[in-house]
Amino acid sequence: MGMLEAILLTIATASTPLLIAALGELVVERSGVLNLGTEGMMLMGAVTGFGVALSTGSPWLGALAAILVGAVFSLLFGILALSFVTNQVATGLALTLLGTGFSGMLGVGFVGQPGVRMTNIYIPGLSDLPLVGRLLFGQDPLFYLSIVLVIAVSWFLFRTRAGLTLRAVGDNHGSAHALGISVIGIRYLAVMFGGACAGLAGAQLSLVYTPQWVENMTAGRGWIALALVVFASWRPWRVLAGAYLFGAITIAQLHIQAINLGDLSFLPGPLYALAAGVKSLPSQFLSALPYLATVLVLVLISRNKRLTMMNTPASLGSAFVPDR
Amino acid sequence: MKKTMIALAAAAAMASLTAGAQAQEKLKACWVYVGPIGDFGYSYQHDQGRLQVEKELGDKVETSYLENVPEGPDSDRAFERLAREGCKIIFGTSFGFMDSMVKVAAKFPDIKFEHATGYKKSDNLAIYNARFYEGRYILGQIAAKESKKGLAGYIVSFPIPEVVMGINSFMLGAQSVNPDFKIKIVWVNSWFDPGKEADAAKALFDQGADIIVQHTDSTAALQVAEERGLKGFGQSSDMAKFAPKAQMTAIVDDWAPYYLERVKAALDGSWKTSDTWGGIKDGEVVMSPYANMSDETKKMAEETEAKIKGGWNPFTGPVMKQDGSEFLKDGQVADDATLLGMNFYVKGVDDKLPQ
Amino acid sequence: MRIELIKRPQRSALFSVVSPFIALGLTVVVGAIMFALLGKNPVMALYYYFIDPLLEVWSWHELAIKAAPLILIGVGLAICFRSNNWNIGAEGQLIIGAIVGSIIPVMFPDFQTWLTLPLMLLMGIVGGAAYGAIPAFLKTRFNTNEILTSLMLVYVAQLVLDWVVRGPWRDPKGFNFPQTIQFSPAATLPEIMPMSGRANWGFVFAIVAALLLWFMLSRMLKGFEVRVLGQSPRAGRFAGFSSSRMVFFAFLISGGLAGLAGISEVSGAIGKLQPTISPGYGFTAIIVAFLGRLNPLGIIFSGLLLALTYLGGEAAQISLGVSDKVVRAFQGILLFFVLAADTLILYRIRLVRPVAKTMETAPSPAPVEVTHGNA
Repeated sequence: MGMLEAILLTIATASTPLLIAALGELVVERSGVLNLGTEGMMLMGAVTGFGVALSTGSPWLGALAAILVGAVFSLLFGILALSFVTNQVATGLALTLLGTGFSGMLGVGFVGQPGVRMTNIYIPGLSDLPLVGRLLFGQDPLFYLSIVLVIAVSWFLFRTRAGLTLRAVGDNHGSAHALGISVIGIRYLAVMFGGACAGLAGAQLSLVYTPQWVENMTAGRGWIALALVVFASWRPWRVLAGAYLFGAITIAQLHIQAINLGDLSFLPGPLYALAAGVKSLPSQFLSALPYLATVLVLVLISRNKRLTMMNTPASLGSAFVPDR
Repeated sequence: MKKTMIALAAAAAMASLTAGAQAQEKLKACWVYVGPIGDFGYSYQHDQGRLQVEKELGDKVETSYLENVPEGPDSDRAFERLAREGCKIIFGTSFGFMDSMVKVAAKFPDIKFEHATGYKKSDNLAIYNARFYEGRYILGQIAAKESKKGLAGYIVSFPIPEVVMGINSFMLGAQSVNPDFKIKIVWVNSWFDPGKEADAAKALFDQGADIIVQHTDSTAALQVAEERGLKGFGQSSDMAKFAPKAQMTAIVDDWAPYYLERVKAALDGSWKTSDTWGGIKDGEVVMSPYANMSDETKKMAEETEAKIKGGWNPFTGPVMKQDGSEFLKDGQVADDATLLGMNFYVKGVDDKLPQ
Repeated sequence: MRIELIKRPQRSALFSVVSPFIALGLTVVVGAIMFALLGKNPVMALYYYFIDPLLEVWSWHELAIKAAPLILIGVGLAICFRSNNWNIGAEGQLIIGAIVGSIIPVMFPDFQTWLTLPLMLLMGIVGGAAYGAIPAFLKTRFNTNEILTSLMLVYVAQLVLDWVVRGPWRDPKGFNFPQTIQFSPAATLPEIMPMSGRANWGFVFAIVAALLLWFMLSRMLKGFEVRVLGQSPRAGRFAGFSSSRMVFFAFLISGGLAGLAGISEVSGAIGKLQPTISPGYGFTAIIVAFLGRLNPLGIIFSGLLLALTYLGGEAAQISLGVSDKVVRAFQGILLFFVLAADTLILYRIRLVRPVAKTMETAPSPAPVEVTHGNA
């Protein structure tokens, strides 16, 4: 396995949980709802996935359970934000608090236990292709699922009637209601889909990325997923690009650190000096790079007001009460 | 309103009475941890020490703990509360608790305080630490012997002396076997982030390292080594369960001997303030069973372990600093103060120490 | 059966008063069930949570210490949230405020006059406000989502703090451990009543800030502007209020208060800079703000209440061995119930059987828009 290929694989594993969680949130936001509880739902998914896989021996059952728990857990948000029209920002934050606390409580017995890793699926012949073979045809099942999800969400939102309805609800819930669409019902389904995705993303962490359970193991990835949705201006393929970009920056900063200047002595003078300059930056700065890059890209993307307005679900974050 | 107040006061009196009665029967020993006891690393190992105390002295001692205590006003409060709740001996396990413990210890002269990894001592505040660097020297030797490429990847948290000391000791051990041995260092700026540690391990392997060393707490890096069929070392706990084919050994923090000794001293009244820096000899630093290595390597590791047990210090000259200047003359042994403040690399480390 | 909300013609005065108590009551009930499931005596657990920390004077001081940053940040956030600005990066503003305020005691430790402390506090406020101005600027200039930028800047602030205490500002005599030198007495926020406990003037700042902001919100034109722009930006523009200026106003106030909280914490309670100076006050303050229903006076109480759950959590941990994760779950449950109970102020709740729905003829669609804020 070549180095470039290995790096690409590492990036794929690091990006997959962000991608899955962000796709779920994208659907939620397209329906006009802002659920900031992703981090909490991911943690619930991670602990459930780990626990079920450990007790049944099947990571597949673990992932399935994580999906279910994520969806059920998101219902808590749904009931409050949709039926009780509570403030969505605050309710989402409450969900994250709850998820952090509950997952820690549920996971007490799992600490220090090796998990069950989901095994890779190798597609015979294709996975031996140079460079892209392992990347495209020799990965864990959740990687494939994440790509399928991108295609499915994209197709659903822009090619199906149901997707059109969902977008209509997100863009103008008043008119959608007038057309006889059940705004609240559709939003419930969207929120649960988001929860299911977040749960699965959490399971990817505890079943593939690092097969173990520790408290708070998401380490802020849920928030990054939220940022990716805006970054992608609510478009599935751009979520894919954003997740991989973020993954690539994260991995790149580790590689920059790992390269010793001694390894680079073959470089011509100016390039060597540049490398030495980059290497002398504080490691905190390199760690901050992904966040700074996210801010920068957010700025670049939202700078064009008309373009963002076109993609932003107009009713995002505002509550809806059918009047009768 | 008045009635409820009286009821509350009565309830409070009851509670304090029962608490008082218990305290008379048993000595109360308490612990304050900076992380969750579920980290399977640093705080977990301290808590294992507490559980051992409870197990062996349970008829005479009762224990309590506070986990996840942030350093600062919260730790001030944690120590003060434990002191007021009747704890007679209180262990604080993080460097950042130092000032809180100094303050509270001055306020409660009858209570015994024990601070891990700090350097401020008083009549009722003892300090203790473990010489983990001794184990790291052995890791260095094993890595140099077992690595086919002469290159190890080193995942580290923060550039504090403890960590720098570890890198240097590892390097000295490795150089004693292979003078040209190289390491690559990645700072992840966290003690505990499994995902990031796994990514760092992958990056280091991708850049050609075939052995991974870590000074971070999770098992993630070892799991990566296991998947790739490469080797590594455990940290804080024996992580063989997570990587049965990859873990060659682990530096295990065993605080139980120290905790037992100190709590017993508190029980029989012989407790005195002290400055303890125990190592392999004292059973505080334990090498978990050597595995997944050649018999020759294993023999060497065991011999070195025995040598350290006999009182030999890995920081024995001649040792050069990274810039080529002299750190230790031939036969000179580094004193503890120098080690505790170490902020430079030894010769052969190709990395710039973050300042 | 499903839930249907019917908008009240006006805010229910009754529920404005009782809804926090309903929420607290429900939290206690659910909390008791949770403790019972964990195998702990629920009565004892609730006693340790809510009553034990109030029985001793030193503990009141601790309560004030814990509540001060929560209240300071919470009231600032109330202005933000009421005007529909979603600053969730107060944690970062707190950190930067603490760093900027520490410039004097760390870089000029010999400058010790009566001016030292006021200057430090002022610089803390300026630092926090300046850091808060970044998302405000990005929002007004580039239309960037402030939730995400303010949050990303928290991570950056944490790394900046990490860098200064490990690098340029490290105490040269501190064995290379990551902390600055100890602040001089002139740079230390004094205690209010040193005889009985440690509470410092930070708590006084918090109360004063809450009272001032309460006065502004309820008695001044600026407060009216905050409320109008929060409820309907269009109506606000119609009234001649500038929503860009409001964005800056809200972020500068909340950033400045978070910065003040940061420097008060560092100068009063910690006495130096170190890698972690806040256990997430900036995030917890979001709960405090909502718990206090975005009303500065309410936030004084909610700040104290939340501080109590921390202290109580420790008491329960020591006495009953209840894990500290329970504290977080408990806070989450409390926030959930507070939000749900507040719905009662604006709506009546009716349960509708599905049968009723099918019998209805074409509903007359007249949807109601509800915007953020509880004003």
